[in-house]
Amino acid sequence: MAHATLQLKLTNIALNYGARNVFSGVDLTLNPGEVLVVSGSNGSGKSSLLRVLCGLQRPSTGKVYYSVGEQIYTPDQATWLIGWVAPDLQLYRELTAIENLQFFAQVRGIKRSTAELESLLEELGLGGRGHDLLSAYSSGMTQRLRYAYALLHQPPVLLLDEPTVTLDERGAAVVEQVVMRQRERGMSIIATNDPRELRFGDYVLRLGVETHHA
Amino acid sequence: METTTDEVKTQRPVQATATTPPRVTLATATWAVFRKDLRGELRTRYALNAVVLFAASTVVAISLGLGPLLPSRNADLKLIQAALFWIALLFAAFTGLARTFVQEEETRTAAALRLAAPPTAVYLGKLIFNLVLLLMLGLLTSILFIVLLRVDIENPGLFTAMVLAGSCGLVAATTLIAAIIAQANAKGALFAVLSFPILVPLLFVGIQGTALSLEGAAWSDGLAALQVLVGYTVTVFVVSLFLFKVVWEA
Repeated sequence: MAHATLQLKLTNIALNYGARNVFSGVDLTLNPGEVLVVSGSNGSGKSSLLRVLCGLQRPSTGKVYYSVGEQIYTPDQATWLIGWVAPDLQLYRELTAIENLQFFAQVRGIKRSTAELESLLEELGLGGRGHDLLSAYSSGMTQRLRYAYALLHQPPVLLLDEPTVTLDERGAAVVEQVVMRQRERGMSIIATNDPRELRFGDYVLRLGVETHHA
Repeated sequence: METTTDEVKTQRPVQATATTPPRVTLATATWAVFRKDLRGELRTRYALNAVVLFAASTVVAISLGLGPLLPSRNADLKLIQAALFWIALLFAAFTGLARTFVQEEETRTAAALRLAAPPTAVYLGKLIFNLVLLLMLGLLTSILFIVLLRVDIENPGLFTAMVLAGSCGLVAATTLIAAIIAQANAKGALFAVLSFPILVPLLFVGIQGTALSLEGAAWSDGLAALQVLVGYTVTVFVVSLFLFKVVWEA
């Protein structure tokens, strides 16, 4: 399979909810090995920006695209490049962790053996819990499993929204390792206001707070 | 709204990225979606319980209210029986068929699915799941009609063909509508309101064809109704395949 350099480019992105402008004028280019931290007060659009980047939401104006060598992909075409972790992300509670990961591997067209999935869960601190139903998972375990979902296809772009929410200290350390390793695989974008997570970034994008109702 | 970017530090290495997405076999992804829905349904039984209870209570209510319908009292007996059969099937389907998409939105798993699965595989997987559910429902309703309403099916082969073709059409239409209404607030009402106009031709022909099969008409007599049902199913299925991506990613 051919390989090339990945780049993420945002040009004059703005997002409105009805008459309310959440953010505007976001321009940036991100290259492999880089980590961008997006910060800003509640309602400033951090999570929405990440949803725009993974194609779950469209910006009101502006362009977002991923380029891989000569190929250009819009976010909704680039889901195979992206791993997304967010409080909004929910997996199937009536399935076990392994069943969830097997399902997502199959629909993504990748082959993962049960042993590989168990190894991934082990790395994320869920060793031995792969055959439990998600309905029996705590919020911290669910957050760890979101990482398994996001890392399953080894994406070159990792989007992390509140990455350590509900995690204990060991879980936070695992996230730090994930971000460090992602530098070798590609890029990360982290939406957070946690001072410990701000230091992960090479760049910090500060989204302004709302000042005006139209 | 202000945005600023601060540079904190920089460091680079990095691996090159594959230029093309992994090849996903539609059949594999469709089968995975179907299996996931079936496995979840067998564990929770949300849709199954709803449709079985609705079908059973409807037929029992008809049976208690009307008793066995006798040919001597009703000249249009077979037509009435066919209409009651499709009404029972339709309303039971309304309670269960939307579930597969509504549940994805209510439990907020739709985003994970959108990011991972090809839209066509999602549509086909859920269509097959709904079809299995509706065929089980059709079998149950048929048995209840035979036992409780003493319906005589004079041409069982034609009857089975009508139920199969009608169910396929019903599922093809309602699966897309379920995807449309899943993100709305008044889901139940909206599902029935949007589905009914689309299903009127199917119901009309389905009832006529089923009545023929109950009367014991020959296959050649029922062929026209069967062809209409198959044509309806193919048309709605093809249109749904084209529209689904837009609906799913809206």
